[in-house]
Amino acid sequence: MSHETTVLLAMGVPLAGTALIVALGRWPNLRETATMITALVTFALVASLLPAVMAGQQIEAGLGLSIIPGVPIAFRVEPLGMVYALVATLLWIPNSVYAVGYMRGNQEHHQTRFFACFPVAIASAVGIAFSKNIFTMFLFYEILTFSTVPLVTHKGNSDAMRSGRVYLGVLLTSSVCLQLLAVLWIYSLYRQGDIAGIDFVRGGLFESAVSTGAVTPAVFGLLFFLYIYGLGKAAIMPMHKWLPAAMVAPTPVSAFLHAVAVVKAGVFCVVKIVVYVFGVDTLRATGQSAWLVYAAGGTILIASLIALFQDNLKKRLAYSTISQLSYVVLGAALLTPISIMAATVHIIAHAFGKITLFFAAGSVYVAAHKTQVSQLDGIGRRMPWTMGAFTIGALSMIGVPPLVGFVSKWTLLRGVTEGVALGGSRIEETFALVVIVLSTLLNAGYFLPIVYRAFFRPPSREDEHHPHGESPAPMVFALCTTAGLTVLFFVWPKAVLSLGAAVMEAAT
Amino acid sequence: MDFVHQHLPALVVALPLVTGLVTAMVGRRGAGWWIAMGSSAAVFALCAQLLANVAGGGSQSVTYLLGNWPIPYGIGLVVDPLNAAVLATVALIGCVVTLYARRSMAQEVPEDRSHFFWALWQFCQVGLLGITITGDAFNFYVLLEISSLSTYTLIAMGKGRDRRALTAAINYLVIGSIGACFYLLGVAYLYMVTGSLNMADIHARLQDIFATWGTDAPVYRKTVIAGFAFIMVGLSLKLALFPLHLWLPNAYTYAPAAVTALLASTATKVGAYGFIRVIYTVVGPDFAWRYLHSDYILMICAMMAILGGSLMAIRQVNVKKLLAYSSIGQIGYIALGIASDNVYGLQAAIIHIFNHALTKGAMFMAVGCVLYRVGGVRLEHLRGLGRKMPLTMAAFTIGGLGLIGVPMTAGFVSKWYLVGGTLERGWMGAAGVVLVGSVLALVYTWRCIESIYFGKREEGAPEVREAPLSMLVPTLLLAVASLYFGMDSRLTSDISAQAAHFLLGVRP
Amino acid sequence: MQIVQDYYNYWICIALMMVGLYGVIAKTNLVKKAISLGLFQTGILVFYITIAKIEGGTGPVTVSPLAGEPIYSNPLPHALMLTAIVVGVSTLAVAMALIINIREKYGTIDEHDIHRMEHEMQD
Repeated sequence: MSHETTVLLAMGVPLAGTALIVALGRWPNLRETATMITALVTFALVASLLPAVMAGQQIEAGLGLSIIPGVPIAFRVEPLGMVYALVATLLWIPNSVYAVGYMRGNQEHHQTRFFACFPVAIASAVGIAFSKNIFTMFLFYEILTFSTVPLVTHKGNSDAMRSGRVYLGVLLTSSVCLQLLAVLWIYSLYRQGDIAGIDFVRGGLFESAVSTGAVTPAVFGLLFFLYIYGLGKAAIMPMHKWLPAAMVAPTPVSAFLHAVAVVKAGVFCVVKIVVYVFGVDTLRATGQSAWLVYAAGGTILIASLIALFQDNLKKRLAYSTISQLSYVVLGAALLTPISIMAATVHIIAHAFGKITLFFAAGSVYVAAHKTQVSQLDGIGRRMPWTMGAFTIGALSMIGVPPLVGFVSKWTLLRGVTEGVALGGSRIEETFALVVIVLSTLLNAGYFLPIVYRAFFRPPSREDEHHPHGESPAPMVFALCTTAGLTVLFFVWPKAVLSLGAAVMEAAT
Repeated sequence: MDFVHQHLPALVVALPLVTGLVTAMVGRRGAGWWIAMGSSAAVFALCAQLLANVAGGGSQSVTYLLGNWPIPYGIGLVVDPLNAAVLATVALIGCVVTLYARRSMAQEVPEDRSHFFWALWQFCQVGLLGITITGDAFNFYVLLEISSLSTYTLIAMGKGRDRRALTAAINYLVIGSIGACFYLLGVAYLYMVTGSLNMADIHARLQDIFATWGTDAPVYRKTVIAGFAFIMVGLSLKLALFPLHLWLPNAYTYAPAAVTALLASTATKVGAYGFIRVIYTVVGPDFAWRYLHSDYILMICAMMAILGGSLMAIRQVNVKKLLAYSSIGQIGYIALGIASDNVYGLQAAIIHIFNHALTKGAMFMAVGCVLYRVGGVRLEHLRGLGRKMPLTMAAFTIGGLGLIGVPMTAGFVSKWYLVGGTLERGWMGAAGVVLVGSVLALVYTWRCIESIYFGKREEGAPEVREAPLSMLVPTLLLAVASLYFGMDSRLTSDISAQAAHFLLGVRP
Repeated sequence: MQIVQDYYNYWICIALMMVGLYGVIAKTNLVKKAISLGLFQTGILVFYITIAKIEGGTGPVTVSPLAGEPIYSNPLPHALMLTAIVVGVSTLAVAMALIINIREKYGTIDEHDIHRMEHEMQD
């Protein structure tokens, strides 16, 4: 099978999976089998591209649609996209296992619709990852938004509908009013001959245009601003409102989409456009991205502070996600090769850690019907596996060795020092350093009390009348797997770092 | 066959005129629909052939002499890339809606009036097709009145369901007649200075007059400007360009369902065509845009239409009225494309004439299906219909996504070109307004979608079934077409590019 | 004063049209509205005729070849206005038919009353 076919199949298989799931809707066991097989095959397809990409091979593919003649829908696999695609498709496997346990354990309605929407989201995530030009990226970005709306509004009550409105409102407004405007603006610069193309290229599209003055720094900076805030999925404040709202969805959705696929699509796109559209060197030369360091740093601190005061476990995790996403943005905004690598590594580290945490939260909900942090006293004794995994995830988020979160934070610090070395001591680097230190403390502040409650506080009187054990086996299996991977990546950091290095290599 | 080929342009108008008369005379007992259907299918075939001829013949305009009287003495029918496209659109919609109208009309119009209905139905199309194909300014007026007069009556036929159809009709009659009179008055002014009624001839003679304006002795300056102003105001009334749109919402809301679908997708589109025709081929953009700067007036009206129409749509509870207000906004898109005076913008206008005809046609027809089965089209009537009438509602949803301009729907293609055109013109604000308009469209569409898919039908409400096949098929046809032209816009882009190049007199 | 005298025919057109337009806007009785509309159209008819007329011109009919080359008025606008009159009559007829129907359904032909009734109906 040629690589080109593989790329297309990586999107085609999930879509075929959707059709199969809908067709098998009446037989739940067959339907779930279809989900599992689709997930495995998709991952295998994406993973099979890895050796060629690491070897620096160019893999390109195209789709015969001409939505706009002259603007092709084209794909090119490069290391950064590979990282995102791998993370998304790999984690879909445990999530599918988990989702089966969760949906059945909870006796949810509309399960076919639920399982049918997932593969569409995956297909569009892969499309974003492998996109070759800004148009293709925008296209799949929008499909991802729409395919996840039915998952957010799954419950169908007024609360879910309200959240659905916020979700769609923020994501679509930002992407249409800001991102599409930037895309069209860049395209119209291309049509007027000011820039050479709209494909992602190393060094960015504007290198010569800015140096010759064809594109003024002001326009360049405005485009960058439009694009960054147009990527609402990256949840840089004040575009973050949709993420807490999305927490009304069933936990597998929050775990996989709103900790991995959707939010990582946002930050992945940020890194991708910083590297391949605007260009690290051009941004550094014009200084138009300095504000992003502050925006990201501010988001990290403010979101962490809000997380401290959330009693609802999923809401606390959501604000933690907002803050962690901005680490990736911060890495991109620091504009050094190592900080870009740190951003990549953090995409991986956060994905594995946060999905574990959400899995645990959902597991607690299914087994004990508890949603608030204050209800979790002593639950660690009843659900040792779940809370054990939770602890691993939490420690990884804080950045404690021996977990992968430490690797990413360490790399980010290296990025900061490299930034100082490259550009002299800028005030941005100092700020970034302060943010990283402070936020680590805050992370500890909102995660450790949960662990403490679970293991060291006696269960409340009321709980003794409601005995419960662990949640269903598929869920426990899934969350132990992701927790295990979090540990594994520290023991074997080469897996993550070599990918990061490849990204760094390709990007700068 | 030779005869047909030779007289294609005349047959397009003559055929429905004759069959319309025949229908009025002998169309009792159900024969009316058959005649109308046969005639509109034949007209569609003729128009498709015309379009194919033009597309094959390069960017040429072909003049057909009625009765072989030479231009400018006789009336000439002109076929060029622009009006061939509009003709095909009108004929296509006419054909599909006629198919649809049989059942829906039978429910709304008393049987002893049905032959009149079908006669007027055809006269309305005679007028619209005639306006599009004629090359004579006075003939344009006559055909405008033929279409308008039959439209007033068709709208009034909704009186059986709601008596407000009558007041809507007389309102439209008064406003429409004044608009037509303004147009007639404008033509008189142009006739005073050129002594010709043939559009191409007027254009040629105006050039001599314009040539004197740069000198010390400008002639007929005020007369030409006044004539142009009267024509524009008259056509704006027909087009329902904000703020001259007041007749439209009630007329669309209370007309029979099929009539609304026909009007919404053809009548205003022909008005837009008249706009383009007068500006680009009669007075010329040099006079209208670069001498008078009326493009700014048009731009401001268009922006107000987009914002005003969409904001009003958000407040409606009657879905037909909601769509009517949305049409006012969409007309703003077309007007903005016309005003932007470059290839991309004009392409946007022409593509949107077609795409919006498909989209709105599908939506109004879907609403008509609801009216047929449920008996009302307030938002509460839509609740829970996603399960009861899945196909109809799918068509409605596809249309709604098209109004928002979601990628892969026809609306996105229009929006892409439109924003591209306004950006090229340097109208940043207008580009922003277009994108804000999409978000507003999201708001009103989402209100419907929430009702359809997440609302619950009231307890004890009568059981409803899917719409009858003869209504469902045409509805789905347009919906699927709008998806198709959203995914493969080669055809629409090519034709519109040809037309735009023709109008601007530039080589592709 | 001179300008009024020289262009008195145009002034008449303007007066007719303005009276008509005023009636369309200000009258609440639908029949009066329709008649005003007719008046407005008549103004335009007169305008067309007046731009075609040449002082001392006759109809384009050859009277006698011996009379030399006579001055003809432009016949085309006259012909056009025949069509426009037909259009005007049809418009008026449709309007009247609608008004009769309105009278049947609403019991009044006064716009204010109709608006008041419609205001109370739900959308």
